[in-house]
Amino acid sequence: MTLALSASGAGKKSAHKSKLTSDRIRSAWLFLSPMLITLAVVAGWPLLRTIWLGFTDANLSDLSRTTFIGLENYYVTFDGEAYGLLVDPDWWNAVWNTIWFTVVSVGLETIFGMFIALVLNAEFRGRGFVRAAVLIPWAIPTVVSAQMWGWMLHDQFGVLNEILLTIGLISQPIAWTADPDTAMWAVIMVDVWKTTPFMALLILAGLQMLPGDIYEAARVDGVHPVRVFFKVTLPLIKPALMVAIIFRALDALRIFDLIYVLTSNSADTMSMSVYARQQLVDFQEVGYGSAAATLLFLIVAVMTTITLMAGNVKLSEGPQS
Amino acid sequence: MADVTLRGVYKDFGSTRVIHGVDLDIKKGEFIVFVGPSGCGKSTLLRLIAGLEDITDGELYIDEALVNQRSPKERKIAMVFQSYALYPHMSVFENMAFGLELSKVSKEEIFKKVAETAEILELTPLLNRKPKQLSGGQRQRVAIGRAIVRNPKVFLFDEPLSNLDAALRVQMRIEIAKLHREMNATMVYVTHDQTEAMTLADRIVVLNAGRVEQVGSPLELYHRPQNAFVAGFIGSPKMNFIKSSVVSLQERGVEVALPGGGTVIASVAADGVATGDQVKVGIRPEHLSVSAEGPMTGVVEVIESLGESHFLYVRDANGTLVTVQGKGDTRLKNGDTIALEVPGSLCHVFRKDDTALPRAFDADIGHHTPAHAASELV
Ligand SMILES: Nc1ncnc2c1ncn2[C@@H]1O[C@H](COP(=O)(O)OP(=O)(O)O)[C@@H](O)[C@H]1O
Ligand SMILES: [Mg+2]
Repeated sequence: MTLALSASGAGKKSAHKSKLTSDRIRSAWLFLSPMLITLAVVAGWPLLRTIWLGFTDANLSDLSRTTFIGLENYYVTFDGEAYGLLVDPDWWNAVWNTIWFTVVSVGLETIFGMFIALVLNAEFRGRGFVRAAVLIPWAIPTVVSAQMWGWMLHDQFGVLNEILLTIGLISQPIAWTADPDTAMWAVIMVDVWKTTPFMALLILAGLQMLPGDIYEAARVDGVHPVRVFFKVTLPLIKPALMVAIIFRALDALRIFDLIYVLTSNSADTMSMSVYARQQLVDFQEVGYGSAAATLLFLIVAVMTTITLMAGNVKLSEGPQS
Repeated sequence: MADVTLRGVYKDFGSTRVIHGVDLDIKKGEFIVFVGPSGCGKSTLLRLIAGLEDITDGELYIDEALVNQRSPKERKIAMVFQSYALYPHMSVFENMAFGLELSKVSKEEIFKKVAETAEILELTPLLNRKPKQLSGGQRQRVAIGRAIVRNPKVFLFDEPLSNLDAALRVQMRIEIAKLHREMNATMVYVTHDQTEAMTLADRIVVLNAGRVEQVGSPLELYHRPQNAFVAGFIGSPKMNFIKSSVVSLQERGVEVALPGGGTVIASVAADGVATGDQVKVGIRPEHLSVSAEGPMTGVVEVIESLGESHFLYVRDANGTLVTVQGKGDTRLKNGDTIALEVPGSLCHVFRKDDTALPRAFDADIGHHTPAHAASELV
């Protein structure tokens, strides 16, 4: 992308593009075209089709008899009663669950990830080994780690209850994933366990780009390390941090596998993706489910835009020199 | 301002010893320059004084207080780094004020101090700029300003000018000399550039492989190097070393053999040498001259003309390449055989272990100082 962007950027400055410049732009597009075509086929087409299905009454039992029904999947009044996604309390429950999950888990992952990254950035023996070891939770497929945690959190046979009972912190086993009070926290905990390493590595990459000499300058100036962190480190890694947070938030807004494996279709933890799957597969409502998926896409797009603007992040900007 | 005293200072990195027992007394208000080839431990020694590295063994005193265990801040030093080490996200003003903000200094006072310093360094119009928007010279001035506002006991500079181009380097060199005169501050300055060392220093410390080779004023090192290393390091172009032997010991000095059969009486005391000993004769390029009756002959291999002066690279009878510096232009051509005049009063003689024979005849020192070297000394 950089090639095309910088080439067209350079082109804008001079009114008459030189032959060399237009040649460059042409070859840039040529090199990009396989990727653009692949993207159109694997991402563009399914997206458009999902959006289209959202305007139909398609049903999994017979997809050939599909009729266009306009916005009825989203909102329709019938005998004075409103129907559709926009007035479905289950959908809004899923939306709030997802947002709550995203904010809390990404927040915790950022804080823990930052902490781990700062530790890993320090010089100590066996640093390379620890860096690799920290990645293990992230390397395990989500379905596997979710199932693993599902067993550990099991109310009858789970190791967590066993430990807590033995040391006397609780007197009765807790049904971590079934109890409405703890289900969401169980999901958040597992997600934080799994994804903090990824966050830590992204932040570590940012930390390693920082010039070392300014820290020595700060030491000579006698600036307290905590102050150095907030006044020097944090502002300097902010661009990298924002990119990491956006990556993670996008991921978290689409959360499906972890929640589905841990708590199945429980309303306490149902996310937008789980809701869409339930409509599409369990209830066979392809049209309605597609409408939910479309709305999910829009919400993610809007949230991303807001975050980018709030963080004043310019994705096209290179690292600060 | 402070005395800085080093007593038997050692520094090991793991099992590698980098500083081998350095003793040094730096007086209040003195401008001390550490020179030496790259990797000899100049930066390490400076960082030991700064407190950025732990001293493995030995003692460091600032103002008579033992400071081995004190943090850089408690030592009240300020350091200027080769890479400037400015905070990239802060303006010039913030960069200079950052180190002051926590010490119980009021906002107005910080503002006043930064403004004053900016005025001295001609940074006032740049106070709101980010480091990115400054030239190399301006960045280095900000780094110096950041050191000045803290009003330190000792200024430490680690090759502050080596990232600047030649013209700017000369200009900044003069500014630093001026700054030292005006502030009368104790300054320790690291460089590998011997012109910087000669022009800035009150005293130069020549380091080699973690050891102090010699400490002295620039002219002392130029005229009385204690060994071949210092003789070769101080002075540009480098001193010529000629393999030789002692022909006779005379009242006026030591007569040594020159390539091609001639001899010269070097004005040095015959301490620890006897007739027939192998020695090295050192003679600076600016002290050699072409002359028909010269005792040493050779063939011109390369001529470099600089306009105001020229260099002849002459292959002598022993096969050593000897550099000769002359004024103005030369009519000589490559391949010409020439004779060189070797003034005995300006010769250095080194024993087999590279230590210098004392140059006993003071009267001559100074008279032969070439004009260009004298003018470079501020
Ligand atoms: N942090 C360090 N760890 C290990 N060796 C070091 C370290 N810093 C410097 N050295 C070694 O110490 C020697 C002196 O380095 P330095 O003081 O930077 O030299 P100079 O500044 O004179 O070029 C070099 O051989 C260098 O490799
Ligand atoms: Mg150095």
